[in-house]
Amino acid sequence: MKTLTDNWSTYWEGFLGTLSLFLVSAVLALVLGVLIASFRVSPVRPLRVFGTAWVTLLRNTPLTLLFFIVVLGLPRFDITLPFFTFAVLALGCYTSAFVCEAMRAGVNTVPVGQGEAARSLGMSFGQTMGLVVLPQAYRSVVAPIGSVMIALAKNTAIAGSFSVTELLGTYRTINELGYSIVWTFVWIAVGYLIITLAVSLVFNLLERRVAVAR
Amino acid sequence: MTVESSALYDVPGPKALARHRLYGGIALLAIAALLGWIVYMLFHTQQFTESKWMAFEYKGVQELLLRGLGNTLKAFGWTVLFALPFGALFAAGRLSDHRPVRMLSTLVVEFFRAMPLLVMIFFIFVALKVAPLWALVAGLVLYNGSVLAEVFRAGVLAVPKGQKEAAFALGMRKTQVMAYVLVPQANRAMLPAIISQLVVALKDTSLGFLITYEEFLHAGKLIATNLDYDLPFIPVVMVIAPIYIGMCLLLSWFARWVERQSRRRPSMRGGAPVASAEVAMGLPPAAQQ
Repeated sequence: MKTLTDNWSTYWEGFLGTLSLFLVSAVLALVLGVLIASFRVSPVRPLRVFGTAWVTLLRNTPLTLLFFIVVLGLPRFDITLPFFTFAVLALGCYTSAFVCEAMRAGVNTVPVGQGEAARSLGMSFGQTMGLVVLPQAYRSVVAPIGSVMIALAKNTAIAGSFSVTELLGTYRTINELGYSIVWTFVWIAVGYLIITLAVSLVFNLLERRVAVAR
Repeated sequence: MTVESSALYDVPGPKALARHRLYGGIALLAIAALLGWIVYMLFHTQQFTESKWMAFEYKGVQELLLRGLGNTLKAFGWTVLFALPFGALFAAGRLSDHRPVRMLSTLVVEFFRAMPLLVMIFFIFVALKVAPLWALVAGLVLYNGSVLAEVFRAGVLAVPKGQKEAAFALGMRKTQVMAYVLVPQANRAMLPAIISQLVVALKDTSLGFLITYEEFLHAGKLIATNLDYDLPFIPVVMVIAPIYIGMCLLLSWFARWVERQSRRRPSMRGGAPVASAEVAMGLPPAAQQ
């Protein structure tokens, strides 16, 4: 307990760092993921190919390698951004591939007849999407997106090794001050558990709200 | 046009086809512009000069890279070797008839799945002062083993109930039912999911880079930060990234191939449903239920 109370400000800073990293990357991943998913299901072939390439490449790239490329590679192109932005880019792009697949799977669970029925009622494309297809896809997407988001929260730990202030990185500071190393890690673990449990709680609530008997 | 049949779009008529072609043209231009910009930047920042690429001609550098690749594969090999039995053990524990065993296994599996892998690796490396290779392998085994335990459990539970009941009715003991009836059927069904999880393990060996394990990425960093070779960072990425991604892609394709094979085979009919070979990010889909 002493380890926690004595280093409260260090831990708090790290916790906030992890939290903001998670939230910003989650927004980026969701936006990019939806965009790429709409590419992948579109009737325009070049967009489909681009979406498929994006997903295949990013899903098979180790996240550490992606961090390596973004944090150390982009500056070679004279693109210098804060480390936080680099980390968000790496995490967001990586996660967007998984979000895209979850979205696509969700849209594909909507029976073809639903769209056909909507169109034969004279609905426009926007109406078909907004009133018929997406509300149904949303239900089956919530759970997979939840587990992708939990994985994202856990992956933020990697950013600590690339000069971003976050929770795992705090162990160095606290370790140098001579605190018990086991307890240092116990409190770090608790910090991550708070975030992942909160995320899974939110998604469980969402899931229960949209649950429907099929 | 081979659009997957989805509820989104109608079959396009002549006007829609023309419009799609127009959009396709614009998209092609945009993609070409993006690629062109990347190539321009590569030349603009002089990444193709001889001084940046000559490093790869040295035997020492080639050996360094190969040794790094070997170390990556070594960590992966050990992980596979230990994670599969670990997963089988704890899956059996979670399916056990004895309540304490079940609870203990559930606790272990859930804990290691919930912890960020890197936190575990750092804990083993820093607090327990283990050598980098074994810290990495231990972390990977605990995490991937736990996920595999869930895959195994889901696989065994997915075998139709009649199989188990029939086996018990024939007078088999519970170990026999498990070993001769449930596991062989589940095994074929969950092979794609297992291989997909191994892709995750292979990807995660790169975390060894962060605890100074001398793996592939580490070798690349050594070369990239060498002033004698004019800091060949982009060339190093252009060499390393295709190899890494290629290895993972091969394994992913293998998983998909296995999936297709077992779907096609008629002897599978009536057995457990085949798990899909999705590259999992966190948890495999089958384990979430």
